Amino acid sequence: MDLELSESELAFRDEARAWLAANVPAEPLPSMDTAEGWELHQEWEARLAADRWSVVSWPRDYHGREASLVEWVIFEEEYYRAGAPGRVSQNGIFLLAPIIFEHGTKEQQDRFLPTMATGENVWAQCWSEPEAGSDLASLKSTARRDEARGGWVLNGQKTWSSRATYAHWGFGLFRSDPEAARHNGLTYFLFPMDAEGITVRPIAQLDGEAGFAEVFFDEVFVPDSDVLGAPGDGWRVAMSTAGNERGLSLRSPGRFCAAADRLVDLYRERPDARVGDRVVDAWLKAEAYRLYTWGTVTRLADGGEMGAAGSVNKVWWSELDIALHETALDLLGPEAEVESGWLDGYTFALSGPIYAGTNEIQRNIIAERILGLPREPKGAQR
Amino acid sequence: MRFELTDEQRAFGDALESLLSSADTAGVARSWADGDHGPGLKLWDRLAEQGVTMLATEASPVEVCIAFEALGRHAVPGPWVESAAYLPVALGREVEGVATVAAPPHAPYALDADVADAVYLAGPDGLSEAEVGERHASVDRTRHLFSVVEVRGAPVVEVRGAPAPSLETTNAFDLAALATAAQLLGLGERVLADTVTYAKQRRQFGREIGSYQAIKHQLADVRIALDFARPLVHGAALDPTPRAVSAAKVMCADAAYLASRTGLQVHGAIGYTAEFDLSIWITKIRALVTAWGTPAFHRARILESLVEA
Repeated sequence: MDLELSESELAFRDEARAWLAANVPAEPLPSMDTAEGWELHQEWEARLAADRWSVVSWPRDYHGREASLVEWVIFEEEYYRAGAPGRVSQNGIFLLAPIIFEHGTKEQQDRFLPTMATGENVWAQCWSEPEAGSDLASLKSTARRDEARGGWVLNGQKTWSSRATYAHWGFGLFRSDPEAARHNGLTYFLFPMDAEGITVRPIAQLDGEAGFAEVFFDEVFVPDSDVLGAPGDGWRVAMSTAGNERGLSLRSPGRFCAAADRLVDLYRERPDARVGDRVVDAWLKAEAYRLYTWGTVTRLADGGEMGAAGSVNKVWWSELDIALHETALDLLGPEAEVESGWLDGYTFALSGPIYAGTNEIQRNIIAERILGLPREPKGAQR
Repeated sequence: MRFELTDEQRAFGDALESLLSSADTAGVARSWADGDHGPGLKLWDRLAEQGVTMLATEASPVEVCIAFEALGRHAVPGPWVESAAYLPVALGREVEGVATVAAPPHAPYALDADVADAVYLAGPDGLSEAEVGERHASVDRTRHLFSVVEVRGAPVVEVRGAPAPSLETTNAFDLAALATAAQLLGLGERVLADTVTYAKQRRQFGREIGSYQAIKHQLADVRIALDFARPLVHGAALDPTPRAVSAAKVMCADAAYLASRTGLQVHGAIGYTAEFDLSIWITKIRALVTAWGTPAFHRARILESLVEA
């Protein structure tokens, strides 16, 4: 048992650190949910990709450097410590790409992954519907077979689609077999957001910016070549995405450790003994997350699966993120309500316990799949 | 980078686990509480044969933590932290038999001094032999606490590695605090396991109570708290800096205490009885939360080290 990095891992860390020091913009970029900020974030993705830093764990053919899990965690830690910009391509590279690697054809991999890695095509997740949130399997948007054209016709409405306002491509689940119940008869589709019949209506978030959107589908044709996995197998395909979003791939400790360090800096600047214990508790949660992740990495490297532990992870990081930012706002005192990076971070953190499966759903999963408590009797099903 | 117990460490934990599982430790604890030390001392010898008392001097803090987690899981009574963590480091040698120590201000009383072969008092300059005074009752009925006074003229044993007069900074104190953290982790794990078992059996309104979200979510929170306390124990065992040790103690105390509160609530009235074994675990958790450095002390120590860094 040890926490030592190898020679090559240390060398990787030094290389990442040096590149970031030379390339991270001195000033924070404007919000990625504004037209100007979107473009600058896309440019940043291209710059990362040019030197193979956008998707370090991917194959070299797709702009990666085949980094190990340990190296990926190291990179993330360096990335956030350097104060580098948020990842506009996050939904694609962390949520969709693992699915394309697992379920996509070689043709799909070659067609979608390179432009995802460079940020040329940014992807939006079209997942929830107005009547299907936590109960995702009750989704109603449909896919109708069009044998003549060799594809499917999508109809319906998706909502809370992050980045959909400016994104180039979308991915989502549609009911392709109207006779099948709930988890059956769903199919996973990929579609350009400017396809005929797609209408995007931006929704202003709590902070006033259009970070997500409603997406309407009116007779949108999708060819068979843009179906991911087998028709009707969408739930199984999608649930591996849910595991990715909840687990390690979306939330490395780097971002939280960097925020914890900044919180300690803030406490040094504005020491307030009344908030001291909360600074400690927020720092402790981040430190626990950092160490816990090394345990997860070890198990995954040994061939283990994330499984329901992803739910334990998700509840922790989402509550940790809020604790870090709330504590910073308390230290800022009456200045807390004034625009600042801490305030932006706080507003963003508030969404954590809601998206990627609410923390209530995660606690159900922990109770039923880890503790083995009896399943909740489900209500009448349509 | 391999942040998992080795096969050998796992096997050591399994061996202790199987020994303790068949030792009726709840019965041992009840006898100990009533002043009958016989079964407890017999168990002490068996654990000493497994090497538990020599880990602090012969193995690494990781093995110490494995042993103390097992001791906690089975609520084994006796001055284990004193004999197998604090004193071996302070004396620089394995303790023969049962020994105990008072280390004020954090451990103002000597635990189970009535049954100990040797009793020490840790002062600013080191350890000295101590005379046993008045007995105090603990919330944990298996913990018999004694005031001690220094034996006049007794030779002082220097505390090994003490860089400053304050014992807080000694390795002995830190290993005691870390062992207590590991013990709390084991106590919390056991309370969770027993409570989950109970929630699957107990039925109300025609359903197992564990099928209600009001119960599920509380138990899920305990699972989460324990899962994130464990890596801090192992992290501190690999690199026992004062900050890491305090981090482990704070998180384990919080997680175990949450387990005890939740366990009691889910059990309901039966959990509130002395007769039901849960009481042994929840009173021990309450006692250990403030033993070997209160949460307030350890949080203050973390804050100080963060601000200095």
